[in-house]
Amino acid sequence: MRFKNVFSIIGPSMVGPSSSHTAGAVRIGRVARQLLGSQPETAKMTLFGSFAETYWGHGTDLALTAGLMDYDTDDQRIPQADVLAEEAGMTLEWVQGRGNGPHPNSVKIQLTGGGRTAEIVAASIGGGTIAVYSLNGFDVQITGEYPTLAVKHSDSQGVLANMTALLSRDGYNIGYMDVDRKGRSGDAMTVFELDSAPEESTIQAIRKLPHIKEVTMIDLTKRS
Amino acid sequence: MRFETLEQLAEICRQENKTIAEVMLEDQARETGVSREEVFRQMAEYYGVMKEAVRQGLTGNTKSRSGLTGGDAKKVSDYMQQGETSLGGPAAEAMAYALAVSEVNASMGRIIATPTAGSCGIIPGVFVSAQERFGWEDEHLVKGLFCAGAIGYVIANNASISGAEGGCQAEVGSAIGMAAGAMVELRGGTAQQAVHAVGLALKNCLGLICDPVAGLVEIPCIVRNGLGAVTALAASDMALAGVGSVIPADEVIGVMLEVGSAMPAKHRETGKGGLAQTPTGRKLTKELVEQRRRKAKEAKAPAKED
Repeated sequence: MRFKNVFSIIGPSMVGPSSSHTAGAVRIGRVARQLLGSQPETAKMTLFGSFAETYWGHGTDLALTAGLMDYDTDDQRIPQADVLAEEAGMTLEWVQGRGNGPHPNSVKIQLTGGGRTAEIVAASIGGGTIAVYSLNGFDVQITGEYPTLAVKHSDSQGVLANMTALLSRDGYNIGYMDVDRKGRSGDAMTVFELDSAPEESTIQAIRKLPHIKEVTMIDLTKRS
Repeated sequence: MRFETLEQLAEICRQENKTIAEVMLEDQARETGVSREEVFRQMAEYYGVMKEAVRQGLTGNTKSRSGLTGGDAKKVSDYMQQGETSLGGPAAEAMAYALAVSEVNASMGRIIATPTAGSCGIIPGVFVSAQERFGWEDEHLVKGLFCAGAIGYVIANNASISGAEGGCQAEVGSAIGMAAGAMVELRGGTAQQAVHAVGLALKNCLGLICDPVAGLVEIPCIVRNGLGAVTALAASDMALAGVGSVIPADEVIGVMLEVGSAMPAKHRETGKGGLAQTPTGRKLTKELVEQRRRKAKEAKAPAKED
């Protein structure tokens, strides 16, 4: 069954006009911001396909910006997101991508802020549902429907076993996981979609495991 | 959920002597591990958003970002004050309210996707006008939303609720079916009658293409929401009168899938066919592109990638 929840039929609560071009875009922006871990200082958005063609009438630009401010899909500040972002000191750049992108409604977001950078490629696939295709250059897929841990680590034997053992010890069920590595013994990224959001103590414990470089929590289920 | 088809849903209701709304609420709570109270509370919050969208839309302050639409709900509402409508008061009111919510959506106001943003006016139009007419408590309407949700759940899983997949029949059509069935249950009809209402309503929407001008959720989406609310009321009346859908609702949903799958891409939310490609549709699209270019020069819109 593609739909499993009455609130995916009645809902989401959102600012219009389009569940795919507006609500989905907010959620993509939020994933990028949470991956960076703080409010971005600069943001470059490369729009593909229908996003590039119809972004203006659908407010996709405002929606992506709202997501970068960590707003939820029904935040009534979305129509003023561009002004609010500028006031918050964010510099936005919009680029029309060449070619098709991975989906008719897709965007690449590149962020800087707090001395860090973040990059995602994602698409809005209908009804506010999104698909993230890559995080910081690693080809890992997430949906944003569940609390998600994104862990950068070195590609070493036992890293995955340590992480899954720790999540299991603390009582978290893994619904989905995906791993990508740059090369043998190089950098790797693992994402975990969990049935419930982990406590800070669990996240800290993962950070302390050997070969772990970065742990980021992405949680769109949390109200902003 | 314990049901995959409307026939199974009606059978559970009959055996357990429950309404569709009760079955949906129970199954949702069990499936997600969230308490019934919390599930109900969230739906009640959504109903509050719908009522606010109706109120907001009727002010007429609903010009869309493209400038193509806005203010039609207020026109209908003002016209109703001036005398008798062709439809008759209550149906005209449902139409005005549905237009109102769709216009709020197009102007970047807050709505609930039911089941999508493009079809967000029909259920609030039918529900809020019926609440005023019959003096129902909010709680009754919130139950109605669970009933509508159960119907939409079956349609979404057996056909589609996405215009890009199955045309407008999947969005506006689904919303009409959901509103019609829920209205039957709200008025005390049986689950079986509600399912007949879904079948009757969907039969009248089969083949409806998704052909928005400039790809925007405005033309013809808003008008289809207004007219959709009227169709939903009509289908609920037929079912309450005892009229059955000779082709069972589940089989009609099967036809939705068949027709949606056969629909060419140009009629599935691409703006490449139908009303979007009429001489006027093309002219409006061209004007919007020029308007966007002007704005882009002024501000920060897409430059070409190097």
